[in-house]
Amino acid sequence: MDYLALLKLAAPETLVVVAALAVLAIDLLVMRGEPARNRMLVAFLFAGLGFFAAGFYMVEAGAPGRIADGMLVVEPIGRVVKLVLLALSLLTLALSLDSDFTDHAGEFTALVMLATVGMMFMVGSENLLMIFVSLELTSLSLYALAAFNKRNPRSAEAALKYFLFGGMAAAFLLFGLSLIYGITGSISLPAIAKALHARAFDPVMAVALVLIIIGFGFKVAAVPFHLWAPDAYQGAPTPAAALIASGSKVASFFLFAKLLMTGFAGAAGSGAWRAAVPGWMPLVCVVALLSMILGNLAAIAQTSVKRLLAWSAVAHAGYALLGILADNDRGVSSLIYYVATYGLTVIGAFGVVSAIERDGDATLADFAGLWQRSPLLAVCMLIFLLSLAGIPPLAGFFGKFYVFVAAAGGAKQLGLLWLVIAAIAMSAVSLYYYLLVLKQALVGEAPADTPAMNVPLATRLALIAIAIGVVLLGCAPDLLLGPIGSALGGAQH
Amino acid sequence: MGNWQSAIGNLLMLSWTIYLSFLGVLVLLLLPPGDARSARGVALFSALGGLLCAIAGTLAAPAGLFTITKVPWVKSLGIEYFLATDGISLVLVLLTGLASVTGILFSWNIEHRAKEFFALYLALIGGVYGVFLSFDLFTLFVFYELAIIPKYFLIAVWGSTRKEYGAMKLALYSFVGSAMVLIGLVAAFVVAGGHSFNLVELAKFPFPETFQKWAFPLVFVGFAILAGMWPFHTWAPTGHVAAPTAASMLLAGVVMKLGAYGALRVAMTLFPLGLVAWQHELALLAVIGIVGGAMVALTQKDFKFVIGYSSVSHMGFVLLGLATLNTIGLSGAVLQMFSHGIIAGLLFGVVGRMVYDRTHTRELTVLEGMGLLKALPFAAVTFAIAAVASMGLPGFSGFIAELQVLVGAWQSLPGFAVASGVGIVIGVAYTLRALQKAFFADEGGPGSTPAPTGHSEGAGGIAPSQACSNDSGRGHTFEPITIPERLGAAVLIFTTLLLGLYPKLLLDLIVPSLETPLFDALRKGGLQ
Repeated sequence: MDYLALLKLAAPETLVVVAALAVLAIDLLVMRGEPARNRMLVAFLFAGLGFFAAGFYMVEAGAPGRIADGMLVVEPIGRVVKLVLLALSLLTLALSLDSDFTDHAGEFTALVMLATVGMMFMVGSENLLMIFVSLELTSLSLYALAAFNKRNPRSAEAALKYFLFGGMAAAFLLFGLSLIYGITGSISLPAIAKALHARAFDPVMAVALVLIIIGFGFKVAAVPFHLWAPDAYQGAPTPAAALIASGSKVASFFLFAKLLMTGFAGAAGSGAWRAAVPGWMPLVCVVALLSMILGNLAAIAQTSVKRLLAWSAVAHAGYALLGILADNDRGVSSLIYYVATYGLTVIGAFGVVSAIERDGDATLADFAGLWQRSPLLAVCMLIFLLSLAGIPPLAGFFGKFYVFVAAAGGAKQLGLLWLVIAAIAMSAVSLYYYLLVLKQALVGEAPADTPAMNVPLATRLALIAIAIGVVLLGCAPDLLLGPIGSALGGAQH
Repeated sequence: MGNWQSAIGNLLMLSWTIYLSFLGVLVLLLLPPGDARSARGVALFSALGGLLCAIAGTLAAPAGLFTITKVPWVKSLGIEYFLATDGISLVLVLLTGLASVTGILFSWNIEHRAKEFFALYLALIGGVYGVFLSFDLFTLFVFYELAIIPKYFLIAVWGSTRKEYGAMKLALYSFVGSAMVLIGLVAAFVVAGGHSFNLVELAKFPFPETFQKWAFPLVFVGFAILAGMWPFHTWAPTGHVAAPTAASMLLAGVVMKLGAYGALRVAMTLFPLGLVAWQHELALLAVIGIVGGAMVALTQKDFKFVIGYSSVSHMGFVLLGLATLNTIGLSGAVLQMFSHGIIAGLLFGVVGRMVYDRTHTRELTVLEGMGLLKALPFAAVTFAIAAVASMGLPGFSGFIAELQVLVGAWQSLPGFAVASGVGIVIGVAYTLRALQKAFFADEGGPGSTPAPTGHSEGAGGIAPSQACSNDSGRGHTFEPITIPERLGAAVLIFTTLLLGLYPKLLLDLIVPSLETPLFDALRKGGLQ
């Protein structure tokens, strides 16, 4: 093996790991005893440096290549996704600058960075073993992050639930992957695809597929593997919840799509109405449908805004699965656009929640009269929630529109129209609960005794940046679709 | 019109109707809070600018279809930012300009969160202009959805009478409607090959008949929900009643036209065979709307509900006109959109601003005892004129519009034409009833006992001085009708009279547009 080539391919990830170690060392050796705010800021600056170095390397010097039979693959589309991941993690860190749930600034920042490294490896591998290891790296970091608020028992509960469900899902996934290895005799996706292509769909394959879909269904919080999500989102410190909802989802969805679309290309089947063919498509169709319906209906009944966002995340996982179901280049590009803009928006929404919350949670009533207490937060929340609801000209609207078009025009024309119709109908339902939050924030008057809010500068800047991003990506989707399109080879039109 | 060198420049001005509105929103957001005076000024300035652009653009526009702006927007889906115009668009752009200016004149008294009010108001206006000028389905849909959220907040914050219920109902009805439209658009895009959302291109594509048969009702009804089509009209009365005056003027005056326009522009041009297949069902729903809306209006106790249901009834004529499938009926439908926009604006202006803001009640039985004819003579006269126009008396725009629709319907659907005639008769009844009760009631007569306390709703209830000064209803003194109100009413009355006396003004714009290639498919499908 050529170690120099390996180092070149893994340079961005290496840079982030080095930066994470530097953050740990500096925080423990130099910054000990300083106020928590300063430690957070220094850790953030070093993390930002690492992220920028990694991003810069990818843009300027990251030549495509693969090594060790797909252990590590650098390809243009993966690069776009990795850049998105770096940006999302950086924004998450920026929004946690002023939170006070922990004194362990270095550990928190380093864990976020390690989770990010795990996600980057998830994106950049075509090898089952490597995929599993990077998934675990991400998951373990996220479990620890969910438990980070030691003063709040809910945080421990959230982490424990997340961990138990996650461990179970990892076991399912591993079992599924080993069955695939048993069937095909390979752990490299292209080889697996070739072997599966020559084989008729049989029960072993069905079992393996179901197990893999369970594993990823957990990661992306799709029904019926979503049970951890509301508790984890509510109890985890808000920045950790934001990362679970954004970066982790982007990486998982991309990996899931790659696994199904390249690895299982021969076992797609069809989810067309009354013309279903066994394969992964009908399974994913069912998961997507259930997620959209249950996620949106359950969100209506929530009073905690974090739980509401969790259920809406379940629903959004359903929409995003439509991009995978399209099973073509347009589907991939719509999926990446969708999850990237969703991640951005949801970080913003969690940012607003974390500025408002008291004792680790924010109810609908806590939003009452927000326009009087902080017009900025109110306008930002308006933008983020309307984007999640899919109102133009915001990014969420175009994301939904694009996955709907991609799914409707998938392999078999209009075959999946039934699912698109369900998605559009449930999207109309979702406007109701987003408006409930916005009604509190923008229509009502603030209770008499609440003082004006003082939003810290860093939070303000980060929220403004995210809001501008959401509006800009919605008005000019080609800003993101352009790079995605050229990375996919410009084959789509 | 002649070969104006500046024709192109003036047509670009039409797109400034959109940009001026959103520019106004931006400026308003930057204003300091609490400064209602400058907020009003900015809003009026940008609405007037929009109206002037609309008029200038209309004068310069050649007959038929004309492109204003066409730039690629999202390349991978073939989406273009494509603004264009034909006579139908021009008529509705003019209507929007008039409605937006008069709406601001009628909300001159807004002090509470004035800057947000006018910002949302202008955002709504900008979206509406955008819909009328878009010839790319994606662009059109973006503007169409853009208008939903401002409506919600305008009603929920500044409305009265169950405002949060009315606002949510309106928002959800609109969103469900646009969801239906979206399904149809996505399916049409895919079936036509997935290259373009350009309406002109798509209208050339021969969609299979089976596809048209299910896509047409989906898209048509999706749009028609916003046009108040029976049985999806129930948002309209509650929404109109809950909305503040300017918002109900816009809702009835312009937003309902969005629905009818979308049904004509998108559903009918793309899926003409679907229209042929569903013609009778649609006409039936339209007639039920006309007659049913009028009958319900006859029984209302709330002044604003009368007008709300009358809107449903009058919009029924638009839908009937669309279903006639002949040129005279279609042009009548477009004319009726304009005419109803003006008249409904006037009616809501009188009821919401001139009467309700002063008396703080809309109960007809209570108004009966107030002697409004003497207390507010200007309001009484204005309402009388609006009522006459609304009844469809010759000389006003409603007459010529509804006559055309009826003639068109008589040619292709005679039974429905007769039935809708009944609606006109009931229309006269409920309008006269409201006019008589609100303004011309015999003050000493029965039912004039002024016992308003139990009925007062909304903001302030009835001020004690008014409630006490009641020697059998006399002696009510109200704040006099202000200059902006008089101005707004005058503009609207002038427009409806002008159009009633000289309908050619707009018909010359509408009729040639029905001959453009856009309507080729519809003509092949049976348009006469």
